[in-house]
Amino acid sequence: MQRGKGMKFVGDSRVPANRKPNIPKDYSEYPGKTEAFYPDFLLKEWMVGAVFLIGFLCLVVVEPPPLERIADPTDTSYIPLPDWYFLFLYQLLKYSYASGPYNVIGALIIPGLAFTALLLAPFLDRGPERHPKKRPFAIGFMLLAVAGIFYLTWEAAAHHDWEASKQQGAIRETADIDKEDPAYQILEANGCLSCHGANLEGASGPPLVGTELSVEEIKDISVNGIGNMPADIFQGTEEELQRMAEFIKKIEK
Amino acid sequence: MLNKIYNWIDERLDITPLWRDVADHEVPEHVNPAHHFSAFVYCFGGLTFFVVVIQILSGMFLAMYYVPDIERAWDSVYYLQNQVAYGQIVRGMHHWGASIVIVMMFLHTLRVFFQGAYKKPRELNWIVGVLIFFVMLALGLTGYLLPWDMKALNATKVTLDIVESTPLIGGMLKTLLSGDEYIVGAETLTRFFAIHVFFLPAALLGLIGLHFLMIRKQGISGPL
Repeated sequence: MQRGKGMKFVGDSRVPANRKPNIPKDYSEYPGKTEAFYPDFLLKEWMVGAVFLIGFLCLVVVEPPPLERIADPTDTSYIPLPDWYFLFLYQLLKYSYASGPYNVIGALIIPGLAFTALLLAPFLDRGPERHPKKRPFAIGFMLLAVAGIFYLTWEAAAHHDWEASKQQGAIRETADIDKEDPAYQILEANGCLSCHGANLEGASGPPLVGTELSVEEIKDISVNGIGNMPADIFQGTEEELQRMAEFIKKIEK
Repeated sequence: MLNKIYNWIDERLDITPLWRDVADHEVPEHVNPAHHFSAFVYCFGGLTFFVVVIQILSGMFLAMYYVPDIERAWDSVYYLQNQVAYGQIVRGMHHWGASIVIVMMFLHTLRVFFQGAYKKPRELNWIVGVLIFFVMLALGLTGYLLPWDMKALNATKVTLDIVESTPLIGGMLKTLLSGDEYIVGAETLTRFFAIHVFFLPAALLGLIGLHFLMIRKQGISGPL
């Protein structure tokens, strides 16, 4: 670096007037097949990036991002599930010595210890050896932790009712329902609305909007039940049953 | 033409030393997949950064439509997804990117751990890396609430319950995050929005800057 007297600057600035040559460093004397980052290796990185991006965009196009119905704080029957990468922590909280009175153990102490150990790994594994075979304890604990994370995530996913959670969050179709219609009063009188919702949008039972069932099928379900719905909920006359089934059939999305 | 522009700027600002600092660094043989295919494990860190860039860009476009208000948040997301041209793609990139970045970061962490690359003199870079991991998890957690749908609200309630179970400061922490001692509502959404869009990205960029500065200063760890 040039210093002292004789330095020339650009105008009244502090930028030196003599240009430095813009030539890449020479790596030929470096050991092995060392390559310059710019431009050759950067081009290779971009090719890897392009392939990755194509794969990523395929995933994005195939699987649209999920959106459930708008948050309803009054609906307390909803069973929440965290994003998949928190499932192992969620599963941990289900075990009896990590929940209830021991909640602090599952929620804070175990994850806290694990993450603190991860943060302080360089100070816990202090030996000079780098090869995995020469660090049995560090590698052993890490393998145990990874196996634990995989196992807990698997358990959480296997014990979750994905079908039910899809239904409880589904965006509900709303239809214009004529509440003055005598058929609507038949529904009300037979207690249908308590499970299927006042707008038939569904609650603990499925929605009755756009069911795509025939009148006969609707009549059969009303009398004989289906799934969790018991038989003999409908207590009216045959004529009322026919009228009600036709009413439900009519409701379009 | 480009050379002339470069020289014009260089004459005034002397950018050549800066540019050579960025461009000139060696890629040793053992990390170059062109020489040893198994060196693809060294790609995970770079791909993590690539997904972070995707997240920032797609997030900026999401912010053009998103309204952080409990009355309109869900509707704005629904509109973005179903009415806006390519809105579903942009939201999809942000949604799936949030998962992919965790996967890539996990793989990168395992690579560094199993190779013992965090040992002296690289302890500080490991710590910064783990802090980046925490910031990423926090970004995932706060971003989960923003669509204001059923799972967003209920998962956040669970998160806040866990925060509250922290000994001594649990109650205060919860109030800090949710804006109220009991209610998870309007203020919670705006707080999570601010944390997700301003506080955490600022922390993330600072930490990533440190991460890169240290790797350039020390060079990548040698072969095993």
